[in-house]
Amino acid sequence: MDTDKTRTQSIIDKHQGLQKNLIAILLDVQECFNYLPPDALRHVAKALDMPLIDILGVATFYRAFSLKPRGKHTCLVCLGTACHVRGGPKILEELERKLAIPAGETTKDGQFTLETVACLGCCAIGPVVVVDGEYHGHATIRKIGPILEKYQKPAAS
Amino acid sequence: MPAKKKLTIQDLAKIREKTKSLMTIREGEGRARVTVHMGTCGIAAGARDIMDALLGEIGKANIQDVIVTTSGCAGLCNAEPMMTVEIKNQPPVKYGQLTPDKLRKIFVQHILGGQMVTDLVLVVGSETVY
Amino acid sequence: MKQYRAHLLVCAGTGCVSCGAFKIKAALEQEVKKRNLQDEIQVVATGCNGFCERGPIVLVQPDGIFYQLLQVEDVPHLVEEHLLKGRPVKKLMYVPPAEKQPVPKMKDIEFFKHQRLIVLRNRGRIDPEKIEEYIAFDGYEALAKALSEMTPQAVIDEILFSGLRGRGGAGFPTGKKWAAAAKEKRSPKYLICNGDEGDPGAFMDRSVLEADPHAVLEGMIIGAKAVGASKGFVYIRHEYPLALKRMEIAIAQARESGLLGQDILGTGFDFDLEIVQGAGAFVSGEESALIASVEGRIAMPRQRPPYPAQRGLWGQPTVINNVETWATVPNIIRRGADWFQGLGTETSKGTKIFALVGKIANTGLVEVPMGISLREIVYGIGGGIPDKRDFKAVQIGGPSGGCLPAKLLDLPVDYESLTAAGAMMGSGGMIVMDDKTCMVDIAKYFLNFLQDESCGKCVSCREGTQRMYEIVKAITEGKGKESDLALLEELAQITKDASMCGLGQTAGNPVLTTLRYFRHEYEAHILDKRCPAGVCKSLIRYVVLAEKCTGCQSCKKACPNDCIKGTLKDIHLIDQSKCIKCGACKEACKFEAIEEQRDEAIQII
Repeated sequence: MDTDKTRTQSIIDKHQGLQKNLIAILLDVQECFNYLPPDALRHVAKALDMPLIDILGVATFYRAFSLKPRGKHTCLVCLGTACHVRGGPKILEELERKLAIPAGETTKDGQFTLETVACLGCCAIGPVVVVDGEYHGHATIRKIGPILEKYQKPAAS
Repeated sequence: MPAKKKLTIQDLAKIREKTKSLMTIREGEGRARVTVHMGTCGIAAGARDIMDALLGEIGKANIQDVIVTTSGCAGLCNAEPMMTVEIKNQPPVKYGQLTPDKLRKIFVQHILGGQMVTDLVLVVGSETVY
Repeated sequence: MKQYRAHLLVCAGTGCVSCGAFKIKAALEQEVKKRNLQDEIQVVATGCNGFCERGPIVLVQPDGIFYQLLQVEDVPHLVEEHLLKGRPVKKLMYVPPAEKQPVPKMKDIEFFKHQRLIVLRNRGRIDPEKIEEYIAFDGYEALAKALSEMTPQAVIDEILFSGLRGRGGAGFPTGKKWAAAAKEKRSPKYLICNGDEGDPGAFMDRSVLEADPHAVLEGMIIGAKAVGASKGFVYIRHEYPLALKRMEIAIAQARESGLLGQDILGTGFDFDLEIVQGAGAFVSGEESALIASVEGRIAMPRQRPPYPAQRGLWGQPTVINNVETWATVPNIIRRGADWFQGLGTETSKGTKIFALVGKIANTGLVEVPMGISLREIVYGIGGGIPDKRDFKAVQIGGPSGGCLPAKLLDLPVDYESLTAAGAMMGSGGMIVMDDKTCMVDIAKYFLNFLQDESCGKCVSCREGTQRMYEIVKAITEGKGKESDLALLEELAQITKDASMCGLGQTAGNPVLTTLRYFRHEYEAHILDKRCPAGVCKSLIRYVVLAEKCTGCQSCKKACPNDCIKGTLKDIHLIDQSKCIKCGACKEACKFEAIEEQRDEAIQII
């Protein structure tokens, strides 16, 4: 689509089309499309005059990037050491059961993407679950259901 | 206070001098502590005006280490508005029936100068606490 | 700026923000305005206070009263009582565990009392988004001194003499790094601030970036003058949005004030900085990998030497220090190397920030002099282990570090002692563990992390971490063999010896230290097929304790797999054949009537 192309191009322009800014460009592309669409990656490769394979190398090396479309809501479970010793893995298991997907996947209805992170640095309130940037601290197995329900509800318009 | 012009080393020292006086309060220490008694009765009697005048004077004098706090009613409601001045290593002094003018006099003579304004003093020393 | 009679310092570090600090700040501002106090009382958002366990936090100055665990509903009462009537509100103050009387003043609270703040000196005190507040507390004074009164060599000598060592891990003397880069004749030269704080459980760099970004900038500008660098990069993880934002603001303000850019402070020195965002890769904390990442490439380490001081960013001489190190520099220049020398131990000078987390009463960030004992940190500042449980271990140094047992609690915390004990300073994460933490599970946790984060360049690291993970995982599932322990030791040693960068060279530490200090736990898993801490799922089962069960049916309702039987007021029973061991029933039970059974061996089918 033309609009997608112009959006990608304006991101590239913002970073002066420099190869050294590849990571920053990809972060912005991801922010814009919620994932890295193949067309956008081809566009970036051409604009930066780099082989596509190098772009893909960076896109698959760093954890922040996703090559698959992501759900409407991103559910992030912290598995840092502090959350781990306070029961983080049990929280992740409960989410995997409730959403019926393993970590890293998106639900069939496209509502949720379940991801893990190695530490968010708010260890005091661990275990922590972050949904769409909103922190839910001191998470317990029983709190997961109500947390998900909050986002499942169709937004009142 | 966005610094529009580029700073020099002298400017830096000036900013430091100017802002330090406004920030020492965050260290929680000072040469004098002034308590304005702001119970319902105090406020009704005009303690708010006293507070305004006091803050105005401190700002004008550009001094760094006078701490202003509030407290509740001092118990002597007919003497309101009241305030207590505590200079380091001296017993607290209570002033009563203040007006902004009296406040200014106390500020200059007592808080800055260290000399009690005897004719306005209500009482010297603290109450005994059991 | 104007004079206020009181300042409400709202902690706005990530910990408190995730507990709603900005809501508290808005409520305070609204309430202050409602009471018409806005000309007398200033509400300020500061950086992290460190006492994250108690957030949201508000400090009232000049009174020094510390309010904690605030709710929006508490705000009107707080403003009316404390600020209008001058009566501090007791019920919002901190009450130490096992005590009844609240401690009103911040400086009297044990957690704060024993700390010694150098790098974190401005935390909870200044608004990190206002450069003039940083200047008010002697900010950029060191820079003025370095630019006008000192030669580059004098600056390097001062840092060398101070004994400052890198705070990011290995503890390389900072002055030596600078001297090596200064010696290079080629230009341009670069500086990098390593803010890719990847250790799970460590967040001091984030906190410094959030609480005092100008301190990092000042350190870097001083460093640039010393080594003759013209351009710097601040590398920050994308997981730290608040730190990124505050650093952007700080750089813009510094540039506007002529502290960055051309002719800094009118001394004719030019230097500028830009921010580079990380994209999530633990290995990019390694300096040669970090350089690759700043260049926009895959963060893969390369062989050293040549060191970055000779050949770094785009092949040019480059100095890389971490956030905490850069933020220490202005303090040394301002107060002198002699002063810094006087703090700490013979080989480890100054202070170090630790993130005290895990099974500890007072979670948070603490800055203490080097050489303090682990016991003082865990019990003196940290308040010990909650829920009356026993201390088992403290994990120091992240995935490169190790687990130290109770018998080493009196170990002084310095670079050499920690390394000798098998751990390392690392970036300063300290994860406290109690008797409900399984050490084999912890080893598995770190190995899983490492095998995932290994960049894959060296076979020893790529395959070594993976194989170790598989073996330890099998042990936690009750499938371990006696010969596994020797094999693990061998693998850990080879991974250490044959890998190129710090990640691989230290990847064996979590296994080696747990084997060294907690071998009996491995043996229990392998020989008796039991997990003494009751953590490893395959080796435990959940049972209802008949004498405690009241038949309330809470567990039955909580069970996702419908495997609890029992009618109201009758003792319940868990059907082991259907139980998925999720732990929901134990969490739901109010009578502690459900327990992980672990005392007898469980047959593995």
